[in-house]
Amino acid sequence: MNTRDTILGKVRSSLHIDPSDAARRKAVEERLKKAAPGIVPARGQLPPAQRVALFAEMAGKLSASVDHVRKATDVPKAVTEYLRGRNLPCAVRMGSDPRLAAMPWGRQRALELRFGPSDGYDEAGVSHAVAAIAETGTLVLTSGPENPTTINFLPEHHIVVVDAADIEGDLETVLARIRSAYGKGRMPRTVNLISGPSRSGDIEQKIILGAHGPRALHIIVVGG
Amino acid sequence: MDITSPAFKANARVALADGQLQKALGNVRAGFIDKRRKAVDALPEFEQLRDRARDIKNHVLEHLDLYLEAYEAKVQASGGKVHWAETAAQARDIILDICRKADARTVTKGKSMITEEIGLNDFLQENGIRPVETDLGEYIIQLRGEHPSHIIAPAVHLNKEQVEADFRRVHDHLPDHRDLSEPEALLGEARRVLRSQYFEADVGITGANFLVAETGTSIIVTNEGNGDLTQVLPRVHVVVASIEKIVPTLEDVSQILRVLARSATGQEMSVYTTLSTGPRRKGDVDGPEEYHVVLLDNGRSAMLGTEFQDMLRCIRCGACMNHCPVYHAVGGHAYGWVYPGPMGAVLTPSLIGVDRGGHLPNASTFCGRCESVCPMRIPLPKMMRHWREREFERGLNPATQRFGLGLWAFFARRPRLYRLATALAIPVLSLMGGRKRRIAWLPFAGGWTRHRELPAPESRTFMQQWRDREAVARQAAR
Repeated sequence: MNTRDTILGKVRSSLHIDPSDAARRKAVEERLKKAAPGIVPARGQLPPAQRVALFAEMAGKLSASVDHVRKATDVPKAVTEYLRGRNLPCAVRMGSDPRLAAMPWGRQRALELRFGPSDGYDEAGVSHAVAAIAETGTLVLTSGPENPTTINFLPEHHIVVVDAADIEGDLETVLARIRSAYGKGRMPRTVNLISGPSRSGDIEQKIILGAHGPRALHIIVVGG
Repeated sequence: MDITSPAFKANARVALADGQLQKALGNVRAGFIDKRRKAVDALPEFEQLRDRARDIKNHVLEHLDLYLEAYEAKVQASGGKVHWAETAAQARDIILDICRKADARTVTKGKSMITEEIGLNDFLQENGIRPVETDLGEYIIQLRGEHPSHIIAPAVHLNKEQVEADFRRVHDHLPDHRDLSEPEALLGEARRVLRSQYFEADVGITGANFLVAETGTSIIVTNEGNGDLTQVLPRVHVVVASIEKIVPTLEDVSQILRVLARSATGQEMSVYTTLSTGPRRKGDVDGPEEYHVVLLDNGRSAMLGTEFQDMLRCIRCGACMNHCPVYHAVGGHAYGWVYPGPMGAVLTPSLIGVDRGGHLPNASTFCGRCESVCPMRIPLPKMMRHWREREFERGLNPATQRFGLGLWAFFARRPRLYRLATALAIPVLSLMGGRKRRIAWLPFAGGWTRHRELPAPESRTFMQQWRDREAVARQAAR
């Protein structure tokens, strides 16, 4: 008998299970099929405008900075202003996300754009979130050919663009959206739920920002 | 690692006399309790979510075989590989084999208690592979040749001066006069030193907070981002997790996430919750080319169906030790193995045997705070009692204790004799208390009175007082 079957056999014998018990199998299949949401806190259950406001408030509490722009075409200017305001080199790393690619970056003459995954030497990276969660101020980013995961972790400053319309009340709504986009039981390789900039409390329980991931998280909310 | 759990008493004595440790433990008492309280108060649904989280895990444990099968099928469908390990030794061999096939010389590691449990670092080192811990706390204790003293704050037993001394000793390529007096500077230095390691590593090893049966996803919940760099930069990602980490669906994860960070650090969400499903996809420009999951049993399947099954609901948040007066007093190393505090006191005898871990369930005041804060509502004191019973049944506790308990049991089973004995003893003890009403020395109880005084009892027993009260009440009723 191989190790897998040994372990499963031990589990069954400890639980005193009859392996042919069809009711158990059915209960598990149903549960996996239904994926029912459980208790969803009332906090995030708000109309869209208030949801955006709650998201900004919660993200602010997590030490992220939040900017609002009216249209997607305003994003490159907001990025340049962020970099200038913090005395950072005028350069950003980004993937080839079509929502970012459609923005008028050329108008920011001084801004240097680097594409592809981060090599660890980028001061600032720009990503586009697929969604955000008002309840906790969390950004949701998915990996793919156009969205390298390294940009979320290696740059010192992570700038994330999110559409106001994609700010949901709770994680459950976001999970349902991912499920309908990728198909039941399938997932992108990586889903990053990001709540504020990187931090550590490992030395004397003192919280310090910028442990291994970005020291600063800047969120640009478009529209809303 | 060497198991020193049988020497708990001696360990505790050393810990109580250790000034540095006592200073550092002040941070546990001061930090975690308040933060948790505030986070819990800010979420009205918290108690309901605890019930729900408990029910989810109970359901999983009752159907664990089926969920493991479903999970495995999904990992395979997403291009990952599942390895099953019955024992720590098997898990180590599997991981070494993966590392050898990847021609690995350096392995980065995200924080993982399960790799502590299987003693992975020493094993890799013995086999010529260099493991690099990347979580700040884990990095510090790896430099010191120590083990974590807390399951979520591994270096909580240290003060910043000790960390500074270690960094000066190990990072000897850096200038001597650099300022490392503040935690910010220490963190900055660790960040710079570890950056190159992520890129050098051939294999990245992480644990998992959850394994999702619905999708074959493994999830890590972290704050620093080191776990993510560990899994995204090397060519091979290995997830090591024990079999009870399974949850049915993503929605179930969401429920437990709402109690996890609040109970652990008092955060609403940890900074990074990362869901990983399989290796790099077609067209991806980063991410690991291989994705392996090592599923470890190591004694868990034997806990199912016993009075210790509830312990398998544990999500390793650390709330029980953060609120434990014994942990506050002696810290984590005194417990002598991987898991300290109340959860360690229950889990350790299950995993290494009651003959070696039997002292730990006795390291409790039975104040019940651990159970009252456990997000998964694990009845920790009850299970510690079960272990004490087993220890007694097997004759593992010392002769004086057994004699005392035997004596007590003799009287407890004979109520009349008990009442007679107490009616005789109480006036004597009361007299011994003198005017201060305290007893400073008692024959056969020197172990107690050496450290504290015993309050002298009232001059009559409870039964006698009760009888008098009843008599007065009856008379008044007439």
